[in-house]
Amino acid sequence: MKPAPFEYYAPTTVEEALSHLAEHGDDAKVLAGGQSLIPMMNFRLVQPSVLVDLNNIPELSYIRPVENGGLRLGAMTRHHQVEIDALVAERAPLLHETMPKIAYSQIRSRGTFGGSVSHADPSAELASVSVALGGSFRLQSQNGERWVPANEFFVGLFTTVLEPGELLVEAALPSMPVRSGWSLMEVARRPHDFALVGVAAVVSLDENNLCQQAQMVFLSAGDVPMVAHKAIESLTGQAPSPKVIQAAAEIAASEDIDPGSDIHATAEFRRHLANVLARRALEQAFKRAGDNQ
Amino acid sequence: MQNLFDLAVTVNGTRYEHAVEPRTLLSDFLRHDLGLTGTHVGCEHGVCGACTVLLDGSPVRSCLMFAVQTHGHEVTTIEGLGTIDHLSPIQEAFQEAHGVQCGFCTPGILTTVKSFLEQNANPSEAEIREAISGNLCRCTGYQHIVDAVQLAAEKMRA
Repeated sequence: MKPAPFEYYAPTTVEEALSHLAEHGDDAKVLAGGQSLIPMMNFRLVQPSVLVDLNNIPELSYIRPVENGGLRLGAMTRHHQVEIDALVAERAPLLHETMPKIAYSQIRSRGTFGGSVSHADPSAELASVSVALGGSFRLQSQNGERWVPANEFFVGLFTTVLEPGELLVEAALPSMPVRSGWSLMEVARRPHDFALVGVAAVVSLDENNLCQQAQMVFLSAGDVPMVAHKAIESLTGQAPSPKVIQAAAEIAASEDIDPGSDIHATAEFRRHLANVLARRALEQAFKRAGDNQ
Repeated sequence: MQNLFDLAVTVNGTRYEHAVEPRTLLSDFLRHDLGLTGTHVGCEHGVCGACTVLLDGSPVRSCLMFAVQTHGHEVTTIEGLGTIDHLSPIQEAFQEAHGVQCGFCTPGILTTVKSFLEQNANPSEAEIREAISGNLCRCTGYQHIVDAVQLAAEKMRA
């Protein structure tokens, strides 16, 4: 239960970090909060030969408002900072409500936004919430930078579009449309443990109280955050009646997700949970949208 | 041994300077290099909470940090809470309310609770259970632990 030896670099600027990553390429691993990487190193599931620690780079830790009503978060912003931030509560209530559900206080003291999404664990709340909010990530390397929408960032189990030498430096979360509602629901064996299944939902209503936009993204229901495309299509333009919501939940659980079986739950049980959670999440989200005049 | 790092860290108010391997976990540094064996090592992968210490006042799992990462920071372990002759109010409360059975999880719970009660002086039972949710007690002595935290909160308010 001890990590294998590695070369350790603790740069103090992004530029310096990128130069270490460029020099060491595939051999280098980025150390953000370390709350997923260090357990894997303790088990020697991963044995990076070089660690580039971002914890001494203050320029990567911030929460800033943007003019259109959205938010920018530095990659090294810790979960606890996001959890207690008044701006997040005001501008991204879904994110605000999600934060206390992520692991435990000790993990939230260290864990970071950028680290969580870069790790691309399909059970991570922040991955699915970023997709549900229509977020995007700024990736930087010595060759320049690019913005990647969250729904194109995750490409497989623990796999993202990040290239060797590239670093996720910032997340942008747009504001939600007026008359929006949101919800995050999950089921775990023990509170705060990895969710067996979870779902993030964001909906908005038009002037006739019909569903204008909907987004629903499942966690622990496939290799990546699973967007419920068919269910969303069934909701758009409809009055969110209990029947319409129930039907959308059933479509999501049966057609939009691809859960696996493991010692914690069978795929069938995960689909059952997805159905129930989707219904409850949509009910809550539409209710909030209706109350949000 | 390979590339050693010159670490300077303040632990329980005392400044220490030690050469450490980058791969040395904070939990092992505290126990093996500094002899502060009050920090207990349970699962070593961030599940049990026994190794919780305070880093600049915030609770962290010392098995999920490298010692080098504490360079220039302040760490508080269970040894920093009180002494046998002068127990902290939290320690007194755990003794009086029998919040300790085998004692293995206790250091991690006390450090977690110290940070929690500093932020929430008058917590409800639900908030206490939430606060200690990242600490496993395999004696399952949670009821007495919750009672002890309530008693500690009373003592600290007094």
